[in-house]
Amino acid sequence: MIVRIMGEGQVRLADSHLADLNKLDDELLAEMENGDGPGFRRTLHALLAKVRELGEPLPDDSLEPSELILPSPDATLQEVRDLLSDDGLIPG
Amino acid sequence: MKRMGMIFRAKANKALDRAEDPRETLDYSYQKQLELLQKVRRGVADVATSRKRLELQLNQLQSQSSKLEDQGRKALALGREDLAREALSRRSALQQQVTDLETQHSTLQGEEEKLTLAAQRLQAKVDAFRTKKETIKATYTAAQAQTRIGEAFSGISEEMGDVGLAIQRAEDKTAQLQARAGAIDELLASGALDDQSGMHKDDIQAELDRLSGGTDVELELQRMKAELAGGSSASQQAIEGGTGQSQSQQQPQDTPRFDKQ
Repeated sequence: MIVRIMGEGQVRLADSHLADLNKLDDELLAEMENGDGPGFRRTLHALLAKVRELGEPLPDDSLEPSELILPSPDATLQEVRDLLSDDGLIPG
Repeated sequence: MKRMGMIFRAKANKALDRAEDPRETLDYSYQKQLELLQKVRRGVADVATSRKRLELQLNQLQSQSSKLEDQGRKALALGREDLAREALSRRSALQQQVTDLETQHSTLQGEEEKLTLAAQRLQAKVDAFRTKKETIKATYTAAQAQTRIGEAFSGISEEMGDVGLAIQRAEDKTAQLQARAGAIDELLASGALDDQSGMHKDDIQAELDRLSGGTDVELELQRMKAELAGGSSASQQAIEGGTGQSQSQQQPQDTPRFDKQ
């Protein structure tokens, strides 16, 4: 599975790690919905650290799309909400 | 997590659906990629400019801070604790600004590094895309094209979306910093903070100058009094005769200090 960390690039992760990551992702989603800023930051950093640790960076010239896209470590709650909204922040 | 992955892909497919001949889309996308690459490079340069401006201001603030410290010391030496306190409290306000600017400086540095890396990644991907694009066009069959173009597209459009956001963030941060940097420049220009040229004098410096100027006047008065007491005929002579010689003859006895000047 290929995962992108926004602003950092892509890594390849074994599918077996997905369950672990999903747990953190559920926490993250709950914290986002509750507007828990500090919790959100903590969980996001934990999630990204795990992805970086378990993942193998893709070469720069790879053109493979990611299956998952994770926000950058300094993304705010609002930015992530915007990303998930219909319009999104992504230009084009 | 799944939801985030879908945002980018949905958009890439939309772009593809719009085009009648997918090959045109390839060229169009490649143009967009080159434009974005230019934009990232400009972004890196802009952030570097802001960083350098911040460094300049930090230097100015720091030299102002050490100047205030000197003033405080001098004021204390002249027995003006109130003035020394004023100088030191201004210095601590300044130090706060220095700390603030240092934080911003490291933010900008981080931003610069991130954008530089983003530019490298995008360059590699754009090159790979160009190769793939030419291959697809050379061996084009309508049945194949849709899938292969789709694959190349979603990879690069994801990168473009990411890089586009990174630039936007860097621009926002730079704009915020520039507004603040402008405010500090104004402060420096107004003389509220003394600039390094020494053209403007702040009020503490003026007071110190006045104080030490006063000391000089006192010394001068003492010297003159001593001179007069030394012999009225001699000074009378000096005034009437106006020769430098008679003056210098008199000085060693009365005012050794004058001699050094």
